[in-house]
Amino acid sequence: MNQGVQRRNAVRIQHVSVTYYEHIALRDVSLEFLQGDFVGIIGPNGAGKTTLLTVINGLGKIRAGSVEILGGKATSRNLKRLRRSIGYVPQHINIDPRSPINCFEAVMIGRIGKIGLFHRPDNKDFEIAEQMMELTRIGHLRNRPVGQISGGESQKVNLARALTQEPEILLLDEPFANLDPQAVRELSRLVLEAYERFKLTIVMVTHQLEHLPEICNRVVMMKDTRIVFNGARNEALTPQRIKRLFDNV
Amino acid sequence: MFEALQFPFAWRALAAAILGGGACGIVGVWVILMRIPFVGVALSHAAFAGAVFGLLLGINPLFSAVVACVTSSLLIGPIAERSDLEPNISIGIIFSIVLGLAFLGIGLMRGPRTGALRFIWGNILLVSPADIIVMIVMTAVVLGFLFMFFNQIQAVLFNREIARATGIPEKALFIAMLVLCGLTVTANLNTIGGLLIFSLIVNPPSAAYQLTYRLKTMYLLSGLFGIGSCLVGLLISYLTDAPSGAVIIITSSIVFGFALVFSPKRRRLKLKKG
Repeated sequence: MNQGVQRRNAVRIQHVSVTYYEHIALRDVSLEFLQGDFVGIIGPNGAGKTTLLTVINGLGKIRAGSVEILGGKATSRNLKRLRRSIGYVPQHINIDPRSPINCFEAVMIGRIGKIGLFHRPDNKDFEIAEQMMELTRIGHLRNRPVGQISGGESQKVNLARALTQEPEILLLDEPFANLDPQAVRELSRLVLEAYERFKLTIVMVTHQLEHLPEICNRVVMMKDTRIVFNGARNEALTPQRIKRLFDNV
Repeated sequence: MFEALQFPFAWRALAAAILGGGACGIVGVWVILMRIPFVGVALSHAAFAGAVFGLLLGINPLFSAVVACVTSSLLIGPIAERSDLEPNISIGIIFSIVLGLAFLGIGLMRGPRTGALRFIWGNILLVSPADIIVMIVMTAVVLGFLFMFFNQIQAVLFNREIARATGIPEKALFIAMLVLCGLTVTANLNTIGGLLIFSLIVNPPSAAYQLTYRLKTMYLLSGLFGIGSCLVGLLISYLTDAPSGAVIIITSSIVFGFALVFSPKRRRLKLKKG
């Protein structure tokens, strides 16, 4: 967490609201994360957790408010550039088992976004993708069709792709959903390894408290599209708060 | 058969088969992997409607077909986004509009409608030198776009949301692919015809999809199947005096049938399930 070192803002969200037609997905949310933070966003289904992630990487359309990423205001003009510094591991991607793309090509997508539209990947880019596949222990899946791997392996491919971007911020949307306990342990270990090795800022969404790693220093609790708590982990995870968060869902 | 090659029209037909079959095979890969097969039918009818109104207004029908096709391609994305509908549904809406316009245009025509009907059926044996030039330019543009943005296109075909999240301008690439698809359809309106070109965009890449897990191989196979279908169809049409467009499409359907039966992917998936 780089304690004792002056850290700048990684994400600053001010009075952001998001709507989908008549449905409000996020209501007047304000938040700040510092570089090096490991933030856990918890709350029941429909609380607005995933929407909050999409506000950070610009995939969601905000109705009101403003977002600053790594010290710069996110606008439609600089969004593509900012996204190159934000790795994103989505909750689940449906891939046709016959899809003509292998795991290495799926990981390389992170690099393709990073280098820009008019550049071809060079040896350095391929090496970075190889390194991230080794780091996430999927080197042996290099030539396997990406639609023909297990759920745990698929999440490792997603993590490797996000890390191949060499991001400063890593967004994880329910990364452990539908994984068996062994796969959860493995993926959790890889996330922590990446966090420490690359000095990342991590924002992880989950609705299962046991998935929050010990190293997570900040917890944001969300309910009914609002933030109901934002603070230190030890203050957040009290039985009373957790009961209030998940009661009457 | 070989005596026909002494006539320029036969060489032009061969050139049209190679250019049209190859270009349709390549844009067809995008259509199949983005799961928007209906786009071929919608854009071919847009081109047809444009050509009909071109004839009505005394404008070059190829020019008006290009305008209608590009406009339709450009509308598919925004309609899907504004209405939060699947691209296939916005393609259906475009299709219904252009179909209505095409019938309206035909209804407004005075006298024989053979000028308009040739855009429905096409005739590869009646291709003009100007058509060949248009097809060469179109095929070169499609190939150039593919070579230049191969990796970015692959990302968009894999998953549009992931491509967008990594900073790839997926929306611009998606629209560019639709526009190129529309222009390819228009360039082939005279040869294959508006009604039948849909099959040439869908069948060759669907056949290639059955046979490979590599995108580069899929492009190659799809292009070859498209060219092969056109050449074999042309030969059968010459020998039997059957309509060329129809024979080309039936040939491409048979190619798909063979690919489906002999697909190594199906065997592998069966083994996995077993």
